[in-house]
Amino acid sequence: MSHLLEVRDAAKSFGGVVANENISIDVPEGKIIGLIGPNGSGKTTLFNSIVGYHPIDSGSIKFSGKELTHLRVPEIARMGLLRTFQQTRIYGGMNCVQNLMISTPTRNESLRAMFRPIPPEVTEQAEELLEFVGLYNKRWLLAGDLSFGQQKLLEFAMALMNRPKLLLLDEPTAGINPTLINGIIDRLKLANAELGITLLVIEHNMRVIMNLAEHIYCLAHGQLLAEGAPEEIQHDQRVIDAYLGAH
Amino acid sequence: MNNTLKLVLAVGLGILILAAPLLFPTYQTQLAVLWLMVLLALTWDIMGGQMGYNSFGNIVYFGVGMYTTAVVQRGLFFNVEEYTNLAGGTESQLSLLDYLLSLGLGLASGALLCIVLAVVLGAGILGLRGHYFAICTLGLGIAAGEIASGWDYLGAGSGLVTPLFPETFFNRGIFFYYYFLILAAVSFVVLRYLYSERFGLAINAVRDDEDKAESMGLYTTRYKTIAWSVSALFLALAGGAYGNLIGFIDPMDVAFAGPTLGVWMVLMAILGGKGTLWGPVIGATIFHITQELFWTYLLGWQRVALGLLIIIIVVFFPRGILGWIREQWPERFGQRVEGEEQR
Repeated sequence: MSHLLEVRDAAKSFGGVVANENISIDVPEGKIIGLIGPNGSGKTTLFNSIVGYHPIDSGSIKFSGKELTHLRVPEIARMGLLRTFQQTRIYGGMNCVQNLMISTPTRNESLRAMFRPIPPEVTEQAEELLEFVGLYNKRWLLAGDLSFGQQKLLEFAMALMNRPKLLLLDEPTAGINPTLINGIIDRLKLANAELGITLLVIEHNMRVIMNLAEHIYCLAHGQLLAEGAPEEIQHDQRVIDAYLGAH
Repeated sequence: MNNTLKLVLAVGLGILILAAPLLFPTYQTQLAVLWLMVLLALTWDIMGGQMGYNSFGNIVYFGVGMYTTAVVQRGLFFNVEEYTNLAGGTESQLSLLDYLLSLGLGLASGALLCIVLAVVLGAGILGLRGHYFAICTLGLGIAAGEIASGWDYLGAGSGLVTPLFPETFFNRGIFFYYYFLILAAVSFVVLRYLYSERFGLAINAVRDDEDKAESMGLYTTRYKTIAWSVSALFLALAGGAYGNLIGFIDPMDVAFAGPTLGVWMVLMAILGGKGTLWGPVIGATIFHITQELFWTYLLGWQRVALGLLIIIIVVFFPRGILGWIREQWPERFGQRVEGEEQR
């Protein structure tokens, strides 16, 4: 059976530095999958390879059965595979509602649609999503004036606005206060359950990832170290060693 | 300010604008150029202000539009060699109908050619970012000027004379005043529509974070190309008419006037506030009036005064007049600084 995202033997090195080696992961449709590993273990490199920032040296990456290796970033995004960034990236000079309004799906956007007025449904949907992530009362503020945590939420809402099939989240809770983290976990689960968006999440916060993911992959030194259900990963000696520095 | 007063002011200003060339007949050309300046600043701001692509090459479309219009006007009624020998003599005068027809046809061909040019050039250089794009477009303007001064068919370095304006009940100054007024107004309305809808959001997104826009699947290249083509369209229409207003096309000083018009359009947009709709209009008006005053009262020192003005603009108004006002009173521009109360 084929999965929504299939990475097979992906390898990527920058000069002499091997960032990824023989990595194979599967993301089945409708699930939440976790990706963990110590700093510098190649998680973000893998994300960048998947969304097309740089080509992989060997191996294959398939999304809905289609090979992604030679597609460019916007083409992959239009297929319904989106990512959020570790350092938030939002449109700082525009307000929150505008940030969402320009994030609508662009699959099959015609030339004429570029000049058309924004339909009222889009504005409504934007406000609903801002309410969903808890930014409704800040909706007219410039995105650049929001705090880091709020920008993360905004970026998440922008991704949801695009209705992706698969969303790659790079540390969604990094730099966010503990109270807000619970809210984020709930919203990620809701997005998965109600909007049917499959999630692949990089996370350092073990409490978050154990709560969230159904299946976890652990990377270390650019290689796949372990995989399994959260409980298995938690008790895997190799994973514990990797995090505590036995490697 | 109450509404009646606002209305009276608006109507008064409107009448002044409409009647200006009749009230001040000696300044007709300068008044026409005022609207040209407004148009130049507005079209530059599409790229430089709203999209964050600082272009020094927009003057290329101005010049290409000017030459195309003149060449079409010449080609419709004259033989190239004979026309050159006339050197702008009275024999080059056309009847009003012929003149308007040839001007219209020339402007249309110039506009079309410039749109095609914008798409072709855009495919080549709109992939460049930041300073690299600015430097590259600077090169475009210089190259275009050099090509025009070496091309005999266009009169090379000795320039090209446009057909004389026909003798009729209105003169050249009045005709082109209203032409530029209408053109500037049309471009303003078109841009106001574009900026308030999806197109405006998309090019603002490119300005704020182009990588993010790409990773969200936005057709960034298409938006950038369209933005440049819109610029090119209005610049071609302006250039074609400006050649006829001045009556003589010099490749370096009139058509591809990089150091003057080419830089001024950037300055005017910055002075008024780039990235705002009214900024370029205000900036162009202030700049043009100041510049004319320098010429009149500081003759001999006008370039120095202009240089000082430029320094003052860049140092004290880096965000422009409207940008500064917006920083002081953001609420007036639909921005909020405080969030609303929790619901």
